Amino acid sequence: MSTDARTGPAPSPTGPLSTIDYNERIPNNVDLAADRRLQRALEGWQPKFLDWWKQLGPSLPTKDVYLRTAIAVGRDGWAHFAHVPMEEYRWGIFLADRDPDRKIAFGKHKGEPAWQEVPGEYRAELQRLIVVQGDTEPASVEQQRILGSTAPSLYDLRNLFQVNVEEGRHLWAMVYLLHAYFGREGREEAEQLLKRNSGDPDSPRILGAFNEETTDWLQFFMFTYFTDRDGKYQLGTLKESGFDPLARTCEFMLKEEAHHMFVGTTGVQRVVERTAELMKEHDTEDIWQYGGIPLPVIQKYLNFQYSVSMDLFGSERSTNAGNYYSSGLKGRWQETRRKDDHELLGAERTMNVVEDGLIVQKSVPLLSALNLDLRDEYVADCANGVRRWNQALEDAGLEQRLFLPHEGFHRAVGVYADHHVSPEGEVVDDATWEARKGDWLPSDEDRRAVAALMVPEYEPGKFAGWIAPPQAGINEQPVEFDYVHLAEEALA
Amino acid sequence: MSVSASVSDSSAKEGAAPAQPEAAPEISFRVTPDSYRHWRVEVDGEVATVILGVDQDGGLVPGYELKMNSYDLGVDIELYDIVQRLRFEHPEVKSVVMTSALERMFCAGANIRMLAQSSHAWKVNFCKFTNETRNGIEDATTSSGQTWIAALNGTAAGGGYELALACDQIILIDDGSSAVSLPEVPLLGVLPGTGGLTRVVDKRHVRKDRADIFATKSEGFRGATAVEWGLADFTVPRAGFAEEIARRAHEAAATSSRPSDAQGIALTPLDRKASGDSITYPHVTATIDRDSRLAEITVHAPVDAPPVDGAAIHAQGADYWPLAVTRALDDLILHLRTNEQEIGTWLIRAQGDADAVLAYDAQLTELADNWLVNEIRHYYKRTLKRLDVTSRSIVAVIEPDTCFAGLLLELALAADRQYILEGVYQDVDPDATPATIVLSESNFGAWPMSNGLSRIASRFWGHDEDVTAAKARTGERLDAAAATELGLVTLALDDIDFADELRIVLEERAALSPDALTGMEANHRFVGPETMETKIFGRLSAWQNWIFIRPNASGPDGALRRFGTGRKGDYNMQRV
Repeated sequence: MSTDARTGPAPSPTGPLSTIDYNERIPNNVDLAADRRLQRALEGWQPKFLDWWKQLGPSLPTKDVYLRTAIAVGRDGWAHFAHVPMEEYRWGIFLADRDPDRKIAFGKHKGEPAWQEVPGEYRAELQRLIVVQGDTEPASVEQQRILGSTAPSLYDLRNLFQVNVEEGRHLWAMVYLLHAYFGREGREEAEQLLKRNSGDPDSPRILGAFNEETTDWLQFFMFTYFTDRDGKYQLGTLKESGFDPLARTCEFMLKEEAHHMFVGTTGVQRVVERTAELMKEHDTEDIWQYGGIPLPVIQKYLNFQYSVSMDLFGSERSTNAGNYYSSGLKGRWQETRRKDDHELLGAERTMNVVEDGLIVQKSVPLLSALNLDLRDEYVADCANGVRRWNQALEDAGLEQRLFLPHEGFHRAVGVYADHHVSPEGEVVDDATWEARKGDWLPSDEDRRAVAALMVPEYEPGKFAGWIAPPQAGINEQPVEFDYVHLAEEALA
Repeated sequence: MSVSASVSDSSAKEGAAPAQPEAAPEISFRVTPDSYRHWRVEVDGEVATVILGVDQDGGLVPGYELKMNSYDLGVDIELYDIVQRLRFEHPEVKSVVMTSALERMFCAGANIRMLAQSSHAWKVNFCKFTNETRNGIEDATTSSGQTWIAALNGTAAGGGYELALACDQIILIDDGSSAVSLPEVPLLGVLPGTGGLTRVVDKRHVRKDRADIFATKSEGFRGATAVEWGLADFTVPRAGFAEEIARRAHEAAATSSRPSDAQGIALTPLDRKASGDSITYPHVTATIDRDSRLAEITVHAPVDAPPVDGAAIHAQGADYWPLAVTRALDDLILHLRTNEQEIGTWLIRAQGDADAVLAYDAQLTELADNWLVNEIRHYYKRTLKRLDVTSRSIVAVIEPDTCFAGLLLELALAADRQYILEGVYQDVDPDATPATIVLSESNFGAWPMSNGLSRIASRFWGHDEDVTAAKARTGERLDAAAATELGLVTLALDDIDFADELRIVLEERAALSPDALTGMEANHRFVGPETMETKIFGRLSAWQNWIFIRPNASGPDGALRRFGTGRKGDYNMQRV
C-alpha cells in the first residue's frame, strides 16, 4: 500500500472476501458458468472489446505494466499487483457482495425489497442510465490514448494505464448489466458503446466533456481529478439504486474509481509542488523559461476542467433526475445517511438563477433539483483537493493560491448557459467575456507551451522537469521501480 | 395563463367557481420573416433550408422555457408563415429541407410544461393548428411541387418526429445516439397529438405491432432500426450528412413542376382593422354579438372584373381578390377560433355581384396551371378545410344581394345549415332581386374536403343521383325553390317567417352543450371515406382530447401535470 505523507494513503480496500473465478474466459464473481446464455453473449462481445482496445486503447507499445487486478471483491482480493501485458489484462465482471435483506431506501418504493430483476416499468430508464454511464467509461480511454508518448515518468505512465484498464473494466461492468438484464436491446446498446468514439464527428460520445481532446498531462491530471470525480458521484447515486445488480456493480466500481481520484489529486499536487519550487528558486511567476508550468496556467486548466465537469451534472432542474429518484432508480449521494423522509415530496431548496444580470436565489422543489443536490456535494469534495494543493503553496512560503471558479463560470448547460460569469462570480457582458477569457481559460498558446514541456521520461526513477516525483511508489514499491516495460518499438 | 386554470382543478372543487385564467393575451397569427424568433430560412436557388433554433425565452405566454427546440404555438405560427411564404413568395424553391440549429437535437416536440399549464381549450386549439400546419407541409409536397425533406441532425422526439413525418422524406443522422421517438404514451400518458400515430401506420406503412413497440418505447430507435422499420428513409453518418441532404434536395427539385424563372409575389401585411367587436378586411367583415355569442361574417364579391391574364394576376399579387379573400378568411378563422372561444355560432353571408364572383371562379379554373393560380386554389382549399374542422356551429344565411356562387358557395356548403330567404324583404327593398345561389364546375372537385370528396358529394353521400341532378344545373341561378328542390339548402322561408325562425334557431343552438355540438358537428361534416387527414382530425384528435381531460393525464396526479415535478403519474388502472 502506498502511503504519501502529504496526500494520505491510497484508498484501502474494505469489505468481505468473495472469490473471483479466474479459470473462466471472463473472470467474474456472478457465477457466469451457470448461465450459458449470458456467457455466450458476453463471449461474443469480448473479441469486439479487444478489437476496440487494440484500436483505440493506449497507443504506446508496451510489453507489460505493473497493474492492479481484482481477483476478489473483498479486502485482500481486489488489489492484486503484477506485471501483465495490457491486452491480457483480466477484464471481468465483479459485483459487490449481495445483501439479501437490502431494501429500497428512497422514492415511492421505499421499504420494498430491492429488485433483482429489471421492473418492466423502468426498463427504458434503467437502460438509459446504464448506457450513459457506460458510454463515459471507454470514452476517457480514447481521449487519453496518445498520452503515453509524453509520460513524465514510468510511475505516471503506469498510473495512466491503470486508469485506462479500469475504465475498460467499468465498461465491462455496464455491458454485463446490459447483457444480463436487458435482452436483445441491451446487447445492441452494448455494441453501440464501442461504435461511438470520443471526438468522432460521425459518431461522438453522448456527453460533451467526453469528446474533448486530452492534450497533455496537466489536463490528464485535471481530468482524473475533476471529471473522474463526476463519475464517482454518478456512481455514488447509482450505488443507491433499487435495482440491486446495478447498485452492487457501482459499489465495486467506486473502489476502483478512488484510485483515479488519487492519481488526479497527487498529479496536480506534484505539478504545483514543482511550480512552487521553481517560483521560489527564481523568485518569479514566469517559470516557462525554467521548464515549469506557471501557476496562472494551472489555474486556467483548473477553470476549464472544473467547468466542463460541472456541465456533466446536467441542468440544475431536471425532470428526469426527479423521476429517477421517485422511481427508486437513482438516489442521492449518501442517501441512507441522510436524515429526511427519502421521498422529498413537497421539500424545497434554493438555487441560483441569473436575473437582469445578477445572480439571485430562488426556491424550487427539491425533487426537481436533484442534479444540483449532487453537484453541490461534488463541489464540496473538489474544494478539498484545492485546499491540499494550496497547502503545498503555503508550505513553499508562497502567497499565491489556487481556487475553484464560481459555479456559473464557463458553463454550457443549465441556468448559466446563456450568460457569461467570471471566475469570481460576476455576470459579465459579451465584450468583457471576449476580452477576459484568455485570462481565465487556457489559450492555444498556453496549451502549446504546456505541450512543449511534455517530453517523455522513460528512465525508471526519473521525472520530467515540470513535475515533482511522488514520495512513495505503488504497492510499497520504490519510486524508481520499473513499473512499465516498453516494447522495443516504443524506445526506438 | 395560470396553471390552476386547467380543467382538472375546477372539477374537484364542487360549487366553487373554476379558477379563471388571467386575461390571456390575444394571439395574432400575422407574423413576418423579420420578426421570426425561432426559425431561419435560407433560400439557395431551388432549395430552401428551414432551420429550427427555438429561442428558449421566446414562449408565447410566461411560465415555461422552450428548451431543446421544444415548441409552443408561437413557434408553430412562424412555421405556418414560412410554409405559406415559400409557396407564394418563392416559386423557384422546389424542395425544402427542414433541420435544426442545435447539435444533436432536432426537436423535442411540443413543450410539456406549456401543455401542462394550459387549459384544455388551449391544448386542443394548439393541436388543431399544428395539425393543419403539418397537413399544409404535405400539401406543399403533393400540390405545389415543393418537396419537404426532414434532415434530422439529431434526435426527433414526439412532436419533433411528427414534424419529420409531415415531410416527404426523413433522413436521420447515424451517430450512434440520435433517435426518432414518440414518447408521449410512456412518458406523458397522452398521445402524440399531431398525427404521429396515424402517419406511422398510414403514411409510412409501419406494421402495427412495430408501431405499437415504437410508440411505447420512450427512447425510440436509432438509424439502422429506424430505417429497417420504415420510421425513417435513410440514415447517413455525420461526415456525409450535408452532402446527402443536398443531393436529395436537388433530386427532389428535379421532379418539380414549379417554374424556375417565375418571380414570387409578396404576402404583404394584411389590411386588417379591428375596432370594438368588428373586424374588417378589404373583402371580409365580421362583427361579434357577445350577448348572442354570435359572429356574423360577410364575404364581399369583387368590384372589378378579373385581371386579363396570368401576368396581370401576378401584378395584383396579394390584392388579387380570391387571394385577398382567402387570406382574410384564414386570419379571421384563426382569430375567432383562438381568441373568441365563447362565440359559438358563426353566421356566414356572401354579398355582392354573383357574376363577378363567377368570373373569378372561371379564371381560377381556366388558369389552374399557372403556378400562382395553383397556389391560390390550394390555399383556398386549405382554408375551407380549416373551416370544416372548426368547432363552431356554422350557419349560412342566403338573402337578396347574395353571391354564394362557385367558390363562395363552398362557404355555404361548409356550414352546418343553410337558410335561404324566399323572395325579398318587402319592408326593406321590395324591388330587390330574390336570393339565388349558383353552382360552378369548381364545386364538383376543385375544393375537396379532408375526406377527399367535394362538399356537394359529401352532402349527397349515398345519393349519387342528387349529385348528378345538381351538376346538371351548373351555372343556373337557383332560387329558393330550386335550391330546396335540389337539396342545396336546409330551409327556405319567406320574409314573414325568416328573421324569427333564424333567431329561434340561433337561440336554440346557443343553449346546447358546446361540447356535444362540437362532437355532433364533426360527425355530420365528415361522411364517407376515411383519409389520413380525417383520421388525424377525427380519430386521433378526438381520442387525444378525451385523454387530455382525463385525470390520468391532467388530474393533479396525472402524468402530464406531474411532468417536471420529478414524479411520474399515478394512474387509475381501470380500462374504459
